Amino acid sequence: MIHLNANHLLYLLEAARWTVLLSLIAFVGGGLVGLPLALMRVSKVGPLRTLASGYIQLVQGTPLLIVLFLSYFGLGIMGYKLIPLVAAGISLTLYAAAFLGEIWRGCIEAVPRTQWEASDCLGLGRAQQYIHVILPQAVRLAIPPTVGFMVQIVKNTSLASVIGFVELARAGQIVNNSTFEPFVIFSAVAAIYFVLCYPLSIAARTLERRAHAGR
Amino acid sequence: MSYKFDFAFLAEKWPAFVAGAWLTVQLTLLSIAFGFVVGTVCAIARVYGGPLLRRSVGTYVEAIRNTPLLIQIFIVYFGLSSLGLKLSAEVSAVIALTVNMGAYTTEIMRAGIQSVQRTQLEAADCLGLTRLQTILHVVLLPAMERVYPALASQSVLLMLASSITSQISTEELTATANLVQSDTYRSFEVYMIVAVVYLSLSVLYRLGFWAIGQLLFERRRRLGTPL
Repeated sequence: MIHLNANHLLYLLEAARWTVLLSLIAFVGGGLVGLPLALMRVSKVGPLRTLASGYIQLVQGTPLLIVLFLSYFGLGIMGYKLIPLVAAGISLTLYAAAFLGEIWRGCIEAVPRTQWEASDCLGLGRAQQYIHVILPQAVRLAIPPTVGFMVQIVKNTSLASVIGFVELARAGQIVNNSTFEPFVIFSAVAAIYFVLCYPLSIAARTLERRAHAGR
Repeated sequence: MSYKFDFAFLAEKWPAFVAGAWLTVQLTLLSIAFGFVVGTVCAIARVYGGPLLRRSVGTYVEAIRNTPLLIQIFIVYFGLSSLGLKLSAEVSAVIALTVNMGAYTTEIMRAGIQSVQRTQLEAADCLGLTRLQTILHVVLLPAMERVYPALASQSVLLMLASSITSQISTEELTATANLVQSDTYRSFEVYMIVAVVYLSLSVLYRLGFWAIGQLLFERRRRLGTPL
């Protein structure tokens, strides 16, 4: 039996880079899909609203694990064989988009009505209203909950381990298979996740407090 | 696209899905109930406890909220068994989910408790209620009523997250799906069915929480408005 040594820890830290990369993919992808979703949710066009809220209900009512299996095994059998990184990236993007879309919708709706009315009076078009008046204010409201949600993304990248993508959680399992000291190893893995997530949690809380202090 | 959907395996396999879904329901209802108790006690400790108690509850909450559930489950199942405490997969699952739910409930209930107006506490003081009586009879129910939607959402999230316990071979819905798909090679169909089951479960849970809310909160039932 091999005992836990510094190389194992190094291996975990290297794998943590993949966790970070996957989180970034999920966040950027989720943001790119989430923003149109949020705009659709507050659109004047009924079918667009229904489509967006249908999508959000669907993803928020299904476990991320199942979405992962669907995109990895499911699409694989249908002939689209995806490598684990791509499958995990797609699933996490779909997941993050649904939640970010809903968070950002709330922020857009939280901009006071009078801002809409005033910009109407100034003769701005719908797009101009969004770009010059509504979104700049919504972004300020959106930053704290968005940072808070990034914690969820980082934690949920651990699920990519089940389709064999070697990120932090999977690396922990691999090390455990050779050393068989699960308590120590998974505690170490948890500690690394904590180091990644806790600053985000603190940042979210501080930003939140600052946002409220301004009012 | 040349793929043909084939749901024929359902004729033979549906009892497995029902059994899996039933275990998911059992695991999550237990964890939600235990987690609520743990969370409420911790929230009370967080608000009214001494500095040491407040600190330790804070550490618990932050430790759980900033690490993945998957790793928590591994620590309970593999970690504890390597230390000599052998637990079955189901028990480990309930423990891990309870600990997880407890941490989130602590934060939610803390917000609820802190939102109870000072005047209520002062009135309770004037009536000569003890600390414990005040918490039980004056604070807890209105606190819960305020944060009830958040509690319901968190419970649905926990139900969905319980799919992760399939990784320690708890034979719940997701594990059943993995088993059936390795039997039939119909993975796309299997996971679609399971997705639909989870979706229905989350709708059911929301309905259940709404009904319990109507029963529990008289004011909401009579006036139809939240606190």
